[in-house]
Amino acid sequence: MYEFDWSSIPGALPFLWEGMKISLEITLTAVVIGIVWGTLLAMMRLSSFRPLSWFAAGYVNLFRAVPLVMVLLWFFLIVPKFIEQLFGLPPGSDLRLTSAMIGFALFESAYYSEIIRAGIQSVPKGQMAACSALGMTYGQAMRLVILPQAFRNMVPLLLTQAIILFQDTSLVYVSALADFFGAAYKVGDRDGRLVEMLLFAGAVYFVICYTASQIVKRLQKKYHPA
Amino acid sequence: MIQISNVSKHYGAFQVLTDCTTSVSKGEVIVVCGPSGSGKSTLIKCVNGLEPFQSGEIIVNGTSVGDPKTNLSKLRAHVGMVFQNFELFPHMSITENLTIAQTKVLGRGKEEAMDKGLKLLDRVGLKAHAHKFPGQLSGGQQQRVAIARALAMDPICMLFDEPTSALDPEMVNEVLDVMTELAREGMTMMCVTHEMGFAKRVANRVIFMDQGRIVEDDSKEAFFANPRSERAQQFLAKILHH
Repeated sequence: MYEFDWSSIPGALPFLWEGMKISLEITLTAVVIGIVWGTLLAMMRLSSFRPLSWFAAGYVNLFRAVPLVMVLLWFFLIVPKFIEQLFGLPPGSDLRLTSAMIGFALFESAYYSEIIRAGIQSVPKGQMAACSALGMTYGQAMRLVILPQAFRNMVPLLLTQAIILFQDTSLVYVSALADFFGAAYKVGDRDGRLVEMLLFAGAVYFVICYTASQIVKRLQKKYHPA
Repeated sequence: MIQISNVSKHYGAFQVLTDCTTSVSKGEVIVVCGPSGSGKSTLIKCVNGLEPFQSGEIIVNGTSVGDPKTNLSKLRAHVGMVFQNFELFPHMSITENLTIAQTKVLGRGKEEAMDKGLKLLDRVGLKAHAHKFPGQLSGGQQQRVAIARALAMDPICMLFDEPTSALDPEMVNEVLDVMTELAREGMTMMCVTHEMGFAKRVANRVIFMDQGRIVEDDSKEAFFANPRSERAQQFLAKILHH
C-alpha cells in the first residue's frame, strides 16, 4: 500500500506560485492577442476580397489541423533564434516564455477567430444595412454596431475558450518552462513525491477551472436567459 | 430628385429588375406596390446603393449611384431609409440610436446631436422613452424611433421599405400617421408599402411592379380609379377587399 506524504507541499508553495504566475501570464497574453488577432482573422475571412479570405481560411485550417504540442515545439525551436537575430540579443538568451506566449497566441487566434466569425454572423444582416443607410463606413459599422453586438453574444464562449487555454498552458512542459504544472513536476521529482504533487496540481487546476466555468454559466444565465 | 433610368439587375440567371424607369421630383410622395417578389424592395434599395445593379443609371440629387467613383457613404448620409424590421441598434439607448450617426458621420457635436434627436423624438411622440433601449419599446414605437433616426440626418429624401409590414395591426396607424405628417410637410418620399389607404391619402403617384418590371406609373387618382393592366386590377381587387 502506497503511503501518501504531503509534507513537501507547504514548502513548495512559493515556487508553485511562481509557476502559477507563468501559467496565468501565458493565458492572459494568449487570450488578449488571440481575441485581437482572431477578430482581424474573422473579418478577413468574411471579407469579399478573396485573397484576404483565403489567407484567413488557410491560417485557421492550418492551426486547427495540427496538435498544439507540436506548434509549441516549433516555436520553441524557431522563435528564439529569430528574435535573437531581430533584436541583436546574445545567443542563448532565455526566450522560452516569449516563444511560448507567441505560440499560444497564434494557435489560439485560429480558435478565437472561428468563435468571433460565428458571433459576427449571428448579428442580423439588416444591422449592417442600417449602418450603411445612415452613411457609416464599413469600419464604423463594424466598430460601433456589429462587433459590440457580436462580442456580447460571444462572451460565454470566449471565456470557456480561455478556461481551456488555461488548462492547455500545462503543455509548455515540452520547453521545460516551469509553469504551474512544470513547477509541480519539478518539485515532486526532486522530493520523490511525484504522485502527491501531481494530485495536488490536478486539484488546483480542477478548482480554478470548475469555479471559472460555474461563473461563466451564471453570466450566461444572467445575460441570455433563454 | 431621384431619376431611375433603365435599371436592370439579376442574381446569376435570375432577373430581379428589368428595365425600370421612373422618377421622383422634389416634394413628391411615390408609393411603390406590387405582389411579393415583384422587385419593389430591391428597386428601392438600389436607390441608395444598398443593392448593386448591373445596368441602367440612378441619379440622386445629381449624383450617380452606380458610378464606382461615387462616395456612397456620403450620399447615403443624406438619403434616409426606414426598414421593415426597424433595425435600431439594440445595444444602444434610444438617444444613442438617434445621435450616433449624427456625431460619427456628420461630425456634429454631442449637444447639437442630442438636441436634434430629442426634438425629433418628441415629434414622433416618444420623448418619454429617450433613455430606454429598443427592446423595451413596441414595434410601432421602434419604427417611429427609426424614422426619427433617419430624419436626424436632415435627409433630402426618405426611402421606406415596407415600414408597416412587420407590425401588429393596431400599431400600423401610429407609423402611418408619422409618415403622413412628413409627407404633408413636403418631404420627398419613396415608399414601398401595401397600405393603400396611405397611398390614397398622401401619394402623388403610384408605381405598380410585377415580376421585376414597372407595370404602372400613374397618378394615384388614375391608378385607383382605372388601373390599366390586368395584373394591377387583380392585385387591387385582392388587397382592397380586406
